[in-house]
Amino acid sequence: MKCNMNFESWGRFPKVAHIGELVPHTIRKVGEYLDSTEPPVLPRGLGRSYGDSCLNEGGYLLSTRHLNKFLGFNPDSGIVRCESGVSLDELLQVFVPKGWFLPVTPGTKYVTIGGAIANDIHGKNHHKAGTFCNHVVCFELERSDGSRILCSRDNNHDWFRATAGGLGLTGVLLWADIVLKPVHGPYIDMESIKFENLNEFSRISAESAEGFEYTVSWLDCLRDADKIRGIFMRGNHSEKTSEKDSDMLHSQPGFASFPFDAPSVLLSNPTIKLFNFLYYNKQRGKSLKSRVHYDPFFYPLDKVAHWNRMYGTRGFLQWQCVVPPADDNKAIKMILEKITENKLGSFLVVLKEFGDTEAQGMLSFPIAGTTLALDFPNTGQRLFDILDELDKLVIEFGGRIYPAKDARMAGSTFQKAFPLLDNFRKYIDPKFSSSFYRRVGRHDLLSGGD
Amino acid sequence: MAGINKIAVFGACSTIAYETLKLFAKDGAAFYLCDRDEDELKRLSGDLSVRGAGDVGYSVFNALDERSISEAVENILSKHPDLDGLFIAYGTLPDQKRCETDIREMNKAFTINFTSTASILTQMADHFVKQKHGTIAVISSVAGDRGRESNYVYGSVKSALTAFTSGLRQRLCKAGVHVLTIKPGMVDTPMTADFKKGILFSQPDVIGKGIYNAILKKKNIVYLPWFWRWIMFIIRNIPERIFKKITL
Repeated sequence: MKCNMNFESWGRFPKVAHIGELVPHTIRKVGEYLDSTEPPVLPRGLGRSYGDSCLNEGGYLLSTRHLNKFLGFNPDSGIVRCESGVSLDELLQVFVPKGWFLPVTPGTKYVTIGGAIANDIHGKNHHKAGTFCNHVVCFELERSDGSRILCSRDNNHDWFRATAGGLGLTGVLLWADIVLKPVHGPYIDMESIKFENLNEFSRISAESAEGFEYTVSWLDCLRDADKIRGIFMRGNHSEKTSEKDSDMLHSQPGFASFPFDAPSVLLSNPTIKLFNFLYYNKQRGKSLKSRVHYDPFFYPLDKVAHWNRMYGTRGFLQWQCVVPPADDNKAIKMILEKITENKLGSFLVVLKEFGDTEAQGMLSFPIAGTTLALDFPNTGQRLFDILDELDKLVIEFGGRIYPAKDARMAGSTFQKAFPLLDNFRKYIDPKFSSSFYRRVGRHDLLSGGD
Repeated sequence: MAGINKIAVFGACSTIAYETLKLFAKDGAAFYLCDRDEDELKRLSGDLSVRGAGDVGYSVFNALDERSISEAVENILSKHPDLDGLFIAYGTLPDQKRCETDIREMNKAFTINFTSTASILTQMADHFVKQKHGTIAVISSVAGDRGRESNYVYGSVKSALTAFTSGLRQRLCKAGVHVLTIKPGMVDTPMTADFKKGILFSQPDVIGKGIYNAILKKKNIVYLPWFWRWIMFIIRNIPERIFKKITL
């Protein structure tokens, strides 16, 4: 099954051409394709990575969309065995009515289990639960030489660590065992608290870490750096059970879909300022408690299908870093200063304290510290230059940039921040590669190219 | 449940069948699955069990082998003497150009897509008549509504299937048994993998949902998605003297 098609990542930048897509609809076909296809190949789930880690210019993408079966579930242990193409959306639909929830979830439910493992994703409960792969018991990997490797903490642990966060480069993930989390119902008891500066953010974050499973903050960053304000959101699964069956499920986006590529003026600084003003002032009081469904709490943007079209055809860049804990949030302050100095407006700014649970993967992104994520419309070279400067700051402070969201960092930025990369390379499947890996991961990049 | 509780499925591993069975599994239905590949049957049965299905059994069957069909029918009825659902969802898309010169290929297309299906329906009909209730759902195609230059072999097998199910519906109606003829348009499945996907292509989950609803609502003939009813209405009504001159 081969056809010439172009594929985009969620940020719609860069735009690259592929030779084709391989779509195995049986497990046997995975091996047949790997055997018969000329490299490079890269597995791909729902393509929600923002940059080029889900792209493979000049090569093949192997879609896992038909590897979408549940293989078993043990209600005593809460362990579900499912194939790599099962989406979190599907998993929630099947398991929330049975009283189970994802152990870790990102800000969209439209990612696959394979993608969740390959990026060792994190969520609002990182300070309590660590990353996704902390809840993966084992998985099976298919390699292009026809071998299959069963990976767990007891068996082939090195392969487990290479594949967790390994960006799909170690082989095709066939299935995985994941420990689900028991919940009473679909609701979250949440509280939003306004804060006026970063010190206040840190204070609320510290006092919320123990008693709240989920914490995250939204920032208004188009103000002077010393006047950064935002809303801190914290929540726990509610003990309230569902009143009616329909409440168990989340709705599908259906009618709300961003219908066209927006003109670039839509997300210019004045409109972002206006949005931020309205969003901040929507909540009158200092703090507000409410009970909400998990869907708007975790996945507010999923309501609008194709929201990435909001940024027009040139796409957008997401930039997410993590920096180790430091007195007075020095690094985060300097980064935000640089952003306001350069008048870079960002529609979505997210700030969160990671916990110190160690991630499993050699290339897992999270480390203890503070993570900051921003979206920028792709305005070209000037933006790239400023982001390079931000990268430099992050590296100076001992932090790193999130590969799943990156489309532009320098090879040196990546390689300095991920010291286990040398070890990781041994586990890459010889037929596998990605645009991201060729751009920043190859060992010859630091010494000046081929 | 108002629908069906014990369902035998031929071509269970097809994408459209899977999307339909998922919904019946959620309602707790029991299944007996038949398809070509044992590994895939095992994979599917695990999935349906996790989704909430009752008992799930399966056996391998080959539409080109009359004995294999009889065995499958026997297995199904001995396991589920009170079977109340039969869903036939397999089929191939023959290579029209090849069928124009290769008679064997053409005959094979008829055996897989029509003769074997008619054989299953005939062998199972008796059970439903005696039981006096149940639902039989068969996937035909919009292609059966009028033979076209680009795929009239496929069109004519599906046309035969539509006519067969129409007659069967009349016969079984008197015994209180319902027959549903399903006519999907173009669907994005492995069968159409080599096609360029235009605006008329539908996703299999949409078709699966449509089949599920049509079974529950006891529809007789359903076009999926709905707009194909009107497209085919137009195509059927083009006068033959004009139709023969155009390429479709």
